[in-house]
Amino acid sequence: MFIRRQVIVLSLLLALAGMALFSYKAFELGLPLKENTDSRVWTVEARLGFVGTGGPAKAQMRLPQQPPGLGILNENFISRGFGLSTQEYDNRERLAFWSLRRARGPQAVYYRLSVFKEAVDASRAQTPAFPPIPKLEEPYSTALEDLVSDARERSADIASFTSEMLRHINNPTQEENVQLFLGADNSTIAKAKVTQTLLAGARIPTRIANGMELRDEPHVATIRPWLEVHNGQRWLSFDVESGVQFEADRHLVWFYGDKDFVSVSGGRNVETEIFLRKEMIDSIAVAEQRAINVGSHAVEFSLFSLPIRTQAVYGVLLMIPIGALVMVLMRNVIGVPTFGTFTPILVALAFRETQLLYGIILFSFVVALGLLVRFYFEKLRLLLVPRLAAVLTVVVLLLVGISIMSNRLDLETGLSVALFPMVILTMVIERMSIVWEERGSGAAMSEGFGSLVVATMAYLVMSIDQLQYLLFAFPELLLIVLGLCLLLGRYTGFRASELIRFRSFGDSKA
Amino acid sequence: MWFTTPAKLNRAGVVGINERNGNLIMRYNERRLYPLVDNKILTKQLAEEAGMAVPKLYAVIETQHDVARLETILEGREQFVMKPAHGSGGDGILVIENVTAKGLRRHDGTHLSFDEARYHASTTLSGQYSLGGLPDKLMVEYRVQFDPLFEKISYQGVPDIRVIVFQGYPVMSMVRLPTRVSGGKANLHQGAIGVGIDLSTGTTTSGSIGNEIIAEHPDTGNAISGLTLPGWQSILELAARCFDITGLGYLGVDIVLDKERGALILELNARPGLNIQIANFVGLGARIDALRSRVRQPESAEARVAHARQAFAQ
Repeated sequence: MFIRRQVIVLSLLLALAGMALFSYKAFELGLPLKENTDSRVWTVEARLGFVGTGGPAKAQMRLPQQPPGLGILNENFISRGFGLSTQEYDNRERLAFWSLRRARGPQAVYYRLSVFKEAVDASRAQTPAFPPIPKLEEPYSTALEDLVSDARERSADIASFTSEMLRHINNPTQEENVQLFLGADNSTIAKAKVTQTLLAGARIPTRIANGMELRDEPHVATIRPWLEVHNGQRWLSFDVESGVQFEADRHLVWFYGDKDFVSVSGGRNVETEIFLRKEMIDSIAVAEQRAINVGSHAVEFSLFSLPIRTQAVYGVLLMIPIGALVMVLMRNVIGVPTFGTFTPILVALAFRETQLLYGIILFSFVVALGLLVRFYFEKLRLLLVPRLAAVLTVVVLLLVGISIMSNRLDLETGLSVALFPMVILTMVIERMSIVWEERGSGAAMSEGFGSLVVATMAYLVMSIDQLQYLLFAFPELLLIVLGLCLLLGRYTGFRASELIRFRSFGDSKA
Repeated sequence: MWFTTPAKLNRAGVVGINERNGNLIMRYNERRLYPLVDNKILTKQLAEEAGMAVPKLYAVIETQHDVARLETILEGREQFVMKPAHGSGGDGILVIENVTAKGLRRHDGTHLSFDEARYHASTTLSGQYSLGGLPDKLMVEYRVQFDPLFEKISYQGVPDIRVIVFQGYPVMSMVRLPTRVSGGKANLHQGAIGVGIDLSTGTTTSGSIGNEIIAEHPDTGNAISGLTLPGWQSILELAARCFDITGLGYLGVDIVLDKERGALILELNARPGLNIQIANFVGLGARIDALRSRVRQPESAEARVAHARQAFAQ
């Protein structure tokens, strides 16, 4: 048949094109086939957004300046339309200034930074001078002396002295002396500043560091302050609120001091957001460099050049066709009955947030409860669309209820239930109840179970890390997926389920 | 064995779902023709214009305004059937025995108040039973007085005859008998029995429930084979002519036998199911392949039926 041949040729061409581009990038340009697990590069993207009031606007942001233990691989600014300048002050402070003549409506500037872990232990760098004992008036000076001598009595070294002091600070209800210093301001930064003053009373060098932890998974980070204390050899880091000492070697120090991270004039609704992600950039950067050297443009259009926020989205998006392929296989080759065509894929995406087991439990729970409510609504003889809306509302209420309950029980996964696509859940409930009534509970159960099985399969395949990496680095592999889908579109053979359905033909006659 | 092999199914000429969708429905049924069979009001009009027998249409309930005056519309009617114009699988059909002052009495003796009937009509209009939940219409039509022929081997409801018509040629046929499990509906997926018919003689052969082959009706205990349908030639001609009025190359035609009016076309289906193969214990594929070369030259419905009866004798 002509059409059949056409489909086969087309799928082969697509698969070949995908394979060719893939092998060129992988073997000729040397793009790594595996995620480089010991990569020590993080990309941090800070977004400063505000709403312009119509007049001139100025924004400033503190920038990292030789963060200890880290090297800056590269940094850049994305700020269309803004004038930009950066300034450095006595090698310790660095600031970026953006300005715009007429700022109207929402504005955003970005600063992106790639840092890599250096092997040297930066905490030993330079020994600071001892701070002078602060000159205070009464009653502050007596309070200071009391606190210092009290803490000194209960501690053995600078580390335990600092912990002891922080414990005092965080217990303001019992300590008049602390209350005196802290006043009404209970913020972390205020506590850090008071601790600095108190430690200066014992001539201990301190500084306030502001930054964030470099975790492995992509996440939204906030700049938080912590206290660093020098013990004569190195800087020790302390969490201000808990007084606990921690190792700061996995932390990026954005700036030191108690000044504001950003400030904006001529704009309101100022907000900042920092997105952080561990990168495979190092080895890929090498491959990109090689591509430029041989004059190839293949890598210039890679997804790695997108903003990292968008990259995270594409990491998920690129897996959807894989889920769809699983769906096609399960339906057209195996013959598993499911609700709707792509419902299971959406459920599988929701599983990414809830984890598989909890996802299945929560899904079954919500659908089962929703079904009960739906059956009751049926008795009330509601019209179709209002009834759907009512079921949707019940589903949302159920999700809210589950989240609150599991928060009470300290089950974290319960909170992620909110990411379940509610409309999909509602449609599953609706479909299931109709199938239930028209074709019986058996058919409804088997379709519901089938949907769960397909969703689970899709989830398992979509969460293979190696596959995720491959598709992200080589999106052209989707051409092969496309070819496979086309080929399966012309698959007219039997489904596995039909081998059971038509079993009577196997017995005698044939 | 609880399963079989693709090789055995191919040898038996069994058509699977993928094959039906890809090689029959998509190839022989043009999408633009679907509304002719999906909308039962339209099908009825087409058939009546061609002078083919259908259950008479009494009224169409189209708007919520019609729903409000349901009592007036049904006033004076005795027996009738209410069914969604875009329904499938026999869902949403009400068979009414008579209209009382309080409401409607159904064929199974249960009573339906006008309130309940209005709710049913209203949900039907908003698409409860239509494909894809699209807005629908409700038909009120003649209730078939079914031929006592099937009385011994059917449980309530109306048994019907399904004929698969390929390019105008009848290729396979079965009688669908309601059971207690199917709730009086002639729908194989709900537990009705499919009984194969020898195309040449119009005599019932083997039967199936679900995917199992059976010999007698589970509710009445009577043998289902050996029953000869009266007027078989005209039944097949009626089915064959449905190709001429719709242009659909792969068509399921549902026919009922009325006590007085004989064979009537109940509805047409552009995506007929595949269990008819189990009921007949014959694969569709071989029969369709045998016809592929023949469909080039146009023939009359009589000639097509004659050819099929001769070619597909068992």
